[in-house]
Amino acid sequence: MADISQTPTALWFDRFKPKSLGRVITSVLLFLGAWVMVFPFIWMISSSMKPTDEVYDADFSIIPKTFKGFENYYGVIFEQPYLVFLMNSMIVCIGILIIQLLTAIPAAYALAKLKFRGSTILFGTVIAAITIPINVTSIPLYIGLVRVGLLDTYFAMMFPFIVSVFAIFLFRQFFRGFPDSIIQAARVDGFSEIEIILRLILPSAVPAIAAFSVFSFVAHWNDLYWPLIVVQSQDKMTATLSMMQYQSAFDTDYGRTYASATVVTAPMVIAFLFARRLFIRGITMTGVKG
Amino acid sequence: MAASKLQRAQTRLAYLLVLPATLLILVIYIIPILFVFLGSLTDYTLVSDYYEFVGFENYQKMFGDKVFANALNNTFFYAVLFLPGAFIISLIIAIAIQEQKQFRSILEVLYFLPVTSTLAAMALVWAALMDSGQGVINNTFQLFGLPRVNWFGNEDVVLYSLAIISLWSIIGFNMVLFLAGLTSIPKNLYEAAALDGADHPLDKFFRVTWPMLGPTAMFVAVTSSITAFKLFDTVAILTQGGPDRASEVFLYLAFLEGFEYFNMGYSAALSLFFLGIIFLFALVQALFSDRNVHY
Repeated sequence: MADISQTPTALWFDRFKPKSLGRVITSVLLFLGAWVMVFPFIWMISSSMKPTDEVYDADFSIIPKTFKGFENYYGVIFEQPYLVFLMNSMIVCIGILIIQLLTAIPAAYALAKLKFRGSTILFGTVIAAITIPINVTSIPLYIGLVRVGLLDTYFAMMFPFIVSVFAIFLFRQFFRGFPDSIIQAARVDGFSEIEIILRLILPSAVPAIAAFSVFSFVAHWNDLYWPLIVVQSQDKMTATLSMMQYQSAFDTDYGRTYASATVVTAPMVIAFLFARRLFIRGITMTGVKG
Repeated sequence: MAASKLQRAQTRLAYLLVLPATLLILVIYIIPILFVFLGSLTDYTLVSDYYEFVGFENYQKMFGDKVFANALNNTFFYAVLFLPGAFIISLIIAIAIQEQKQFRSILEVLYFLPVTSTLAAMALVWAALMDSGQGVINNTFQLFGLPRVNWFGNEDVVLYSLAIISLWSIIGFNMVLFLAGLTSIPKNLYEAAALDGADHPLDKFFRVTWPMLGPTAMFVAVTSSITAFKLFDTVAILTQGGPDRASEVFLYLAFLEGFEYFNMGYSAALSLFFLGIIFLFALVQALFSDRNVHY
């Protein structure tokens, strides 16, 4: 049997064998599935350009019959405080990321390449802390912030996340792979440890840092839980938290509602489309979604 | 002498480098965990400064509480709906996409898109798609002669609806994890299996793919379980636990007790229970990944 299929005469009708038909069907099914995955986005963008009464129209069409896109987006960006919400999200995400990198990189380098007493305990603590989600520590952190009167501030929004035990773990593993001989040679050449970190380790760690940055940024942009607890006023509201307002008839203009949903989710989706590999690597790094 | 002086300088520097992170871990993790534990032994509420130690009363209350049992039930029921899909659908799509030649990267992007999007915003879109009156899904159902479904208003349906949204948001994520596992399977194993007569795709799957995918499969199963237990965003935005507590899942209950009713002591007990579950999953993962990783 195997011999016959190797002969040239068998090759031309190979294309019509169920195997290749199966392949076509698989492709079609995969694209149908992809349509289901993408449809909510198409529906959202389409609705964001419609007048209210057309959003829930029985005969749905992707192209709006009456185009209200300009009014809807103008309303969201200039008449509602969405620029403030987006800015708040940016400030919080960038702030968290910078402090995370500043605290994690030095600690990770010390844990990877320097000998000191207590390093094993510290590393063990880091590993244990990775499993502790914000949902567990939120009560004492909240009470603490209430006590010092810092609720509803950028500080409160960033505080639980400014040290990332995951980043320390990740960078430590990465730095350990850096050859000791190069570090020794640099020390002999009179490099200080700080210079070694800045000029040797950091450049080599760019892929890990980039992936972690994406992970951190996306996670905190999309976070609903913690802002819901510490943010009280509209001036500190993040873009994601602002979506909560719609459960209480914040806006009865449905077209504009979906324009605001588009504005909130667009930054991450667009960034993803521009840096796909980096995003996929960064977001799936921990294995736990969200 | 010079070497040990250098050694000492290095040690001093090491302490300096770990100091900020160590202090923050202390303030953000260690001390709060201790307070959660102590707090769970008190009747502390944020509204009054007076509180007493009540021993294990909060835990007794928890295990006798119908609301807690209900939330746990809901969470498990939701997990039973969500997990098989999150695992099997993602695996099938990963295998199918891996065999694609020209469409692989576009399909990967399309399936991954929901993962990067803001679930809180997309939940509003799902609310509209699943609207009981004029939602696209019900309209489509009608077109095919299926009954209209009250997705969020019916107690018996609401967890299915939430599971569907969660599946939509996680399939691309698990697919990528599976794809990574699939790509690392050496090609010659398939050739060897083919020589042994494993020609049928199902044969190939059960003889090569599945055993080689062990560690990845374990990882996906554990992390998806944790994700299932952390269901929060869509509940907070779409149902607030309703109708009639039918979608009140564990984390949402802990949130309500702590930050709506300010029963901090009781909520602390719930938090520790939650941590226990997470540790259990982490333990399972550690045990299995150690055994399975050496192929």
